Amino acid sequence: MARVMIIFAHPALEKSRMHAHLVPMIRNMQGITFNDLYEKYPDLDIDISREQALLTKHDIILMQHPLYWYNAPAIIRQWQDLVLEHGWAYGHSGKALEGKYISNIISTGSQEKDYRQGARHGYPLDHFLLPFRQTAVLCRMNYISPYTIYGVHRKDKSDIVEEVQKLRSMLEVLKAPDFDLSTLDTVTNLNELIKAPVQTS
Amino acid sequence: MVYLAAAILFVPLAKKMGLGAVLGYLLAGVIIGPSVTGFIGKEGEDIMHFAEFGVVMMLFLIGMELEPTLLWRLRSAILGLGGLQVLISSAAIAGLAMLLGVKLNAALAIGMIMSLSSTAIVLQTLNEKGWMSTAAGQSSFAVLLFQDIAVIPMLAIFPLLAVHAVQTEAAHSASIRDNLPAWGQTLVVLGAVATIVIGGRYLVKPIMHIIARTRVRELFTATALLMVVAIAVLMNLVGLSSALGAFLGGVVLANSEYRHELESDIEPFKGLLLGLFFIAVGASIDFSLIREEPWIIFGLVLGLMAVKALALFCLGKIFKLSTDQNLLFSLALCDIGEFAFVLLSLSEQSRILDDKMTGMLTAVVAISMAMTPLLMLFYEKLVQPRFTINETTEREQDQIEEHNPVIIAGFGRFGSITGRFLRANGVNCTILDMDSDRVDALHNLGIKVYYGDASRYDLLAAAGAEKAKVLIVAMDDYEKTTEVVKMVKRYFPHLQMLVRAKDSQDSFELMDLGVLHIYRETVDTSLRLGVDALNMLGMRAYHNHRAARTFLRQDELSLKSLSAARDNKKEFVSALKDRIAEMEQLISADKIKTWLDEGEGWDSSSIRDEVKGEPE
Repeated sequence: MARVMIIFAHPALEKSRMHAHLVPMIRNMQGITFNDLYEKYPDLDIDISREQALLTKHDIILMQHPLYWYNAPAIIRQWQDLVLEHGWAYGHSGKALEGKYISNIISTGSQEKDYRQGARHGYPLDHFLLPFRQTAVLCRMNYISPYTIYGVHRKDKSDIVEEVQKLRSMLEVLKAPDFDLSTLDTVTNLNELIKAPVQTS
Repeated sequence: MVYLAAAILFVPLAKKMGLGAVLGYLLAGVIIGPSVTGFIGKEGEDIMHFAEFGVVMMLFLIGMELEPTLLWRLRSAILGLGGLQVLISSAAIAGLAMLLGVKLNAALAIGMIMSLSSTAIVLQTLNEKGWMSTAAGQSSFAVLLFQDIAVIPMLAIFPLLAVHAVQTEAAHSASIRDNLPAWGQTLVVLGAVATIVIGGRYLVKPIMHIIARTRVRELFTATALLMVVAIAVLMNLVGLSSALGAFLGGVVLANSEYRHELESDIEPFKGLLLGLFFIAVGASIDFSLIREEPWIIFGLVLGLMAVKALALFCLGKIFKLSTDQNLLFSLALCDIGEFAFVLLSLSEQSRILDDKMTGMLTAVVAISMAMTPLLMLFYEKLVQPRFTINETTEREQDQIEEHNPVIIAGFGRFGSITGRFLRANGVNCTILDMDSDRVDALHNLGIKVYYGDASRYDLLAAAGAEKAKVLIVAMDDYEKTTEVVKMVKRYFPHLQMLVRAKDSQDSFELMDLGVLHIYRETVDTSLRLGVDALNMLGMRAYHNHRAARTFLRQDELSLKSLSAARDNKKEFVSALKDRIAEMEQLISADKIKTWLDEGEGWDSSSIRDEVKGEPE
């Protein structure tokens, strides 16, 4: 059974629409570690040994956050700077994370069609995630393309409920007892893991 | 009326001259007394009896300030220091008296009487000067406490010293225990003490509760007074000192939730009666006697005080007080106390001492009491600064070698944290502190702390103020703080000052003095607590964290604008009203609804509205 940790970063969850609904669902799920960075470190003063210990204990690490300026909120950067130490996460002797899988769960305001050449944002979302991908490589981890929730700006209440259900089924797949980690090598992105999309009434 | 007028006239005068309120009262007493202007005559003695009640109230209040646990902690000081003081002083004075040709029993009586110190004057003066919490203050308090207790056995011993045993009846006529056999007497005394303890524990609370519910404030005051009076009467009835009884009552009530109510109710009465008491002491000085035999009287005063001071100084040395604290301790307690009047009248009645001796000793006692505030003044103005210079010049050498960039003035509960933090970050600080015992304690821990008053130019210069970059002013005493600020502004303008302030009032004044970095001591902690409260209510920690930062900035801005507005106001507006108006303005400033939303980029609703307006 794969051990899954979600590293969550939202600086203003009280104002959020999508994540405010996703978070309670995830918190209620058994078998998933939910690491809420802004709640744990409101002064951005990250406890490095705690974070490293958590990383060691998990096989799949998912960074869940809204996309701000084609990047993650500031605390994720802070977390990377401090936790992924040389000699521990990378470098000749840095093998603590070897073989683990890492990815993102991202919500964007714009729709998928805006992330294309010639459209508003000019490039597919994956291009913007290049730093995450290469960071994983340096840390001897496997990067999987993210689970993405596009077009949050336009979503209404029922859309949001549907998104909550979808993410739940994706996470259910990951934490299932018979889940084979190598499946992750075969999918193009995490959204693909949901075999049968949830029917909405 | 004469008393009040005299008090109003002389107390502020004495304060202005830096003499303290106690001396002011005494002076007022001397002036209106029979010896100078004669506004009041013989009734002065009645007033004295009435005013002695002020002493009772003071002990009640002192008792209330004292938790039983604290009392227990002080037990070695009370028994050791206090017991030895009474013993040694009594023996020394009695010995001297015998050398001067006084009979053995009389000499013993004199020794015991003169070994006591004045609780009223000493505690009042120590409180006024803010020395109560120093080592000397604590030791003095312990000794005074023991002396108050020691009065009881003395009252019991005196009749035994009497030549004519018959006379004892007169002294104790008011006490019911005289007619009882020995075991009965003990029982009555124990019973009275038990009544106070049990009554205080189990009776006062329900009564106070009922009275609190009537919501009539005067009734509360009346109850508080009644309680003190009842304790005093009960104690008199069984022949114990009413002051001691009141003290005991106070200790019992120290843990009660009505403690502060009681305190604030009794406080004004205590102040007034104590003032009256001091006036009465002043008035009772018989100047004709002094005129007749000035040398003998003053010789006695000086001799007695010197003997007591010497005894105290030796004790202080044994109990490891530092030299300057020890001096304060000996000077504070070398006077003769108000109980001496009681004991003197008793010994006169029991014919241990003759009338002339009693009169003379009364004058001696009164003069010595009047000298106490003067001695304290002498200590404050002459002895303390001398030690400041002495102890610093001794260490001047290594200070100059140190060249620390930071000077911390005041290493108490505030400065010590700042200092530790800087040290932990490898910043060397030169630390100055006024409490010599703390200085020694820190020395033993290997931390260099220099004893001294940071408001003195030469000390700051010795501490390297010329070369330092930053001065942290973290003293408890606000007046000293302003002195330091003014002095630094004048002589070391290059020093950046970081100044601790107690509240907004202090901050305003510091702003007026041109201090840029002011730290109100409780603001950060209060906000941190507020953040934790919000966290517990389930609000997002990061939001709460930012909210507190925003609040702090907002608050300091409001404070600055309030300070600017304040200058235009007249001085004589009630300070309390001012404070409330300030609070109102601060709170209304907090209400700005958008203060946290302003300029926030995360998930702003405007972008959402814009997107929704666009075609798919």
